[in-house]
Amino acid sequence: MALRTEEMLLNVGPQHPSTHGVFRLVVKVDGETIKEAIPVVGYLHRGTEKLAEDLTYTQIIPYTDRLDYLSSMLNNYALVQAVETLMGIQVPERAEFLRVIAMELNRIASHLVWWGTAILDLGATSPFIYAFRDREMIVNLLNELSGARLTFNYMRVGGVKWDAPKGWINKVSEFLPHMRKSLKEYHKLVTGNEIFLGRVKNIGVYDGETAKNYSLSGPTLRGSNVKYDIRKNQPYSIYERFDFDIPTGEDGDVYDRYMVRMKEMEQSIRILEQAVEQFPDQGEIMAKVPKIIKAPEGEVYTRMETSKGELGVHLVSKGKDKPYRLHLRRPSFINLQILPELLLGRSMADIPAILGAIDIVLGEVDA
Amino acid sequence: MFNILSEPFSWINLLVIILVAAAVLGIVLVFVMYAIYFERKVIGWMQVRNGPNRVGPWGLMQTMADVFKLLIKEDIVPAKVDKFLFLIAPIIAYTPAFAIIAVIPYSQKIYFADVNVGLLYYGALSSITITGILLGGWASNNKYAIMGGMRSVAQMVSYEVPLIMSFLGVVLLTGSLNLREIVQAQQEGMWFIVPQFLGFVIFLIAGNAELNRTPFDLPEAENELVAGYFVEYSGFRFAFFMLTEYVYIFAMASLMTVMFLGGWDAPFEFLEFIPGIVWFFLKFLLLVFYLFWVRATFPRVRTDQLMGFAWKVLIPLALLNVMLTALFKTLF
Amino acid sequence: MSEETKASSPKQPLLETYLSTIAEQVSDKAVIEGYINEANNHLPTLIIAKEFWHQVAELLKNDDSFKYDYLMNLSGVDYESKMEVVYHLYSYSRDEFIAIKVETDRDGGSVNTVMDIWLGADWQERETYDLLGINFTGREISRILLPDDWTGYPLRKDYKPYDEEV
Repeated sequence: MALRTEEMLLNVGPQHPSTHGVFRLVVKVDGETIKEAIPVVGYLHRGTEKLAEDLTYTQIIPYTDRLDYLSSMLNNYALVQAVETLMGIQVPERAEFLRVIAMELNRIASHLVWWGTAILDLGATSPFIYAFRDREMIVNLLNELSGARLTFNYMRVGGVKWDAPKGWINKVSEFLPHMRKSLKEYHKLVTGNEIFLGRVKNIGVYDGETAKNYSLSGPTLRGSNVKYDIRKNQPYSIYERFDFDIPTGEDGDVYDRYMVRMKEMEQSIRILEQAVEQFPDQGEIMAKVPKIIKAPEGEVYTRMETSKGELGVHLVSKGKDKPYRLHLRRPSFINLQILPELLLGRSMADIPAILGAIDIVLGEVDA
Repeated sequence: MFNILSEPFSWINLLVIILVAAAVLGIVLVFVMYAIYFERKVIGWMQVRNGPNRVGPWGLMQTMADVFKLLIKEDIVPAKVDKFLFLIAPIIAYTPAFAIIAVIPYSQKIYFADVNVGLLYYGALSSITITGILLGGWASNNKYAIMGGMRSVAQMVSYEVPLIMSFLGVVLLTGSLNLREIVQAQQEGMWFIVPQFLGFVIFLIAGNAELNRTPFDLPEAENELVAGYFVEYSGFRFAFFMLTEYVYIFAMASLMTVMFLGGWDAPFEFLEFIPGIVWFFLKFLLLVFYLFWVRATFPRVRTDQLMGFAWKVLIPLALLNVMLTALFKTLF
Repeated sequence: MSEETKASSPKQPLLETYLSTIAEQVSDKAVIEGYINEANNHLPTLIIAKEFWHQVAELLKNDDSFKYDYLMNLSGVDYESKMEVVYHLYSYSRDEFIAIKVETDRDGGSVNTVMDIWLGADWQERETYDLLGINFTGREISRILLPDDWTGYPLRKDYKPYDEEV
């Protein structure tokens, strides 16, 4: 006699301890196997693109902070890069260095939060605390620089708003060896652990061609053996002056994406060491820009590499001080598209591992 | 006084028995309170933070405050649950945990029931808790609770087998199921952790899984199922389930001490002036600390890996252990 | 001004190749206009006619002179007389960029989907539909960021929010 079984429709979120924000996943399960997974987003949609049409370029910058709120400096840069490309402004050197140092510190902070929460979702509670302890140091440094701990509102069209306080660069260079040591400890604690490896190896596998087809970017792309990083392949700001590697993974599973992010943190430390060394002693922090910034008529699409992937800004300007259309190409939004395919046929317990490896921040998914 | 069970029945004796049982319940509850406090403190220190330190000196009153809060909460019984089963499930889960404590010998003089089949009694009763958990999950009438309940039952049933098999080696070496005789055998020879090291390790891992603790706490995984089978329980009934878990920690750690670490036996001759109960207590605390340490360190194992591990790794190893012990016994 | 500056762009020869390949392979009516966007790093930009868009898209993905396998961005823009969908593409093998624009009517306009060619277009098309009201034919479409029962398309220039006085 055949047993009558039924598929169960399970709702994960929007309020849920492990979905990293207001994210809802409707899952059809048969026992423990997932038959279909439908992500539902939009719970954090705040209409940034519509609001931007009524704000001057400088006023939009705080809104970009709140997209991927864990890497605000990087989002700031995306917007000012677009406006500066359209206007053809050359940013002074000291400002560029300050920007790069702020961005790389922010990248490390963002990856630390990712690491803590991804491992927390797998059940280990201690790494989260250690990660936040290190992040606290970074956040304090950036607080001294910009006055805020999370949403910095630091960059402006043509440069940066505040100069580094006296002795700040020394504090940054003292932090770097400490971070290197911490990374070694994190590898010892988590990366070799059998239980952890059992949860992440050979899970959520996809190859480079699928990744390119889904428009994935960032560590989700590099984990599948595609050696591409906008900082190296189409360098912007002063990244060409620094020597760093692009880590890639070979198998395209969750473990590879994990290792790519861990190695990226090391590479960021490398860039920071070089930036702190080459930091100019004096210089302007703002180029000569008019008081009211009017971008000339035209259209531009610029892209940069944030901790999540490629953040692109498509800016259409009609010559006014407000943009005609500002579209944000958000990496978390686009990277999330592959989730239903990766979850097919897996068990419920794999959801945190796979979702953690994609690394989404809801502010960026919904804009 | 401890021969009271072998005396003829009298009402005074019954009263004494009940009072002693109540006293033991009190001691166990105090243990649970401070085990929870100890756990939070230890895990806190491992995570570079202090544990509770506000309520009372050094936070010692913390659990008391938490238990008090749970007791005065509104007793919410959701409308669609199976009323009778919902109410009875925590009781079925808790009672065996407490009943097991009766057979454990704490020292030469302090023991409650000298049962000749002590070990069997333990194995049998601990399985009844599983029924209570399944009932709790089912009666809650909630998808998450059912999933958590089923996972929990699957896990506990699978790990019962290597758990029981791991002490077959000890039984072979002693020739008895009586817990007091097992300790006495260790007093004469060496502690069974040495010849039965494999059994000890298996018991440690299987015990961890039986208790539904990290790394085997998938049934309670907050991140995935929002607390699993007891998601609909609140207030005092929730406290019951938590109590069950901690009383089991007590029972399992005591059992491990008795079976592998020599019970009340002092490690060296010259230390025998320290009373047996203190030794028991120290060894027991060491094992409890180990359980907390593992919780602070490891991530969670996935359900299918968990089951695979029990059936494909632990059970063959336990069988191997029994065979080797039997071989050793016959040859020497 | 136009002829000299156009000729001095380093991407001009590339643009000419694109125009001729598309005219050969699809139709000489497929490209409405092709120019170089100098501000954006001399990005070759093509305006493609709606009817030929799907065929041109297949060509862009598969043909050896194009090989654009990565869809970077898909945006919709509301120019008050028309709606436009802009695609930014990148080729990993050739390390080249291109921008494509497809125009359609403001009300009830639709563009052929390219989800079957670049899977990454899926949610971006849904977002454009959700916020601007541009329909995409050849696929099931539904709202993504706004609730399913929302009326109106907020990013349009003539969108009247419900509680304007607030």
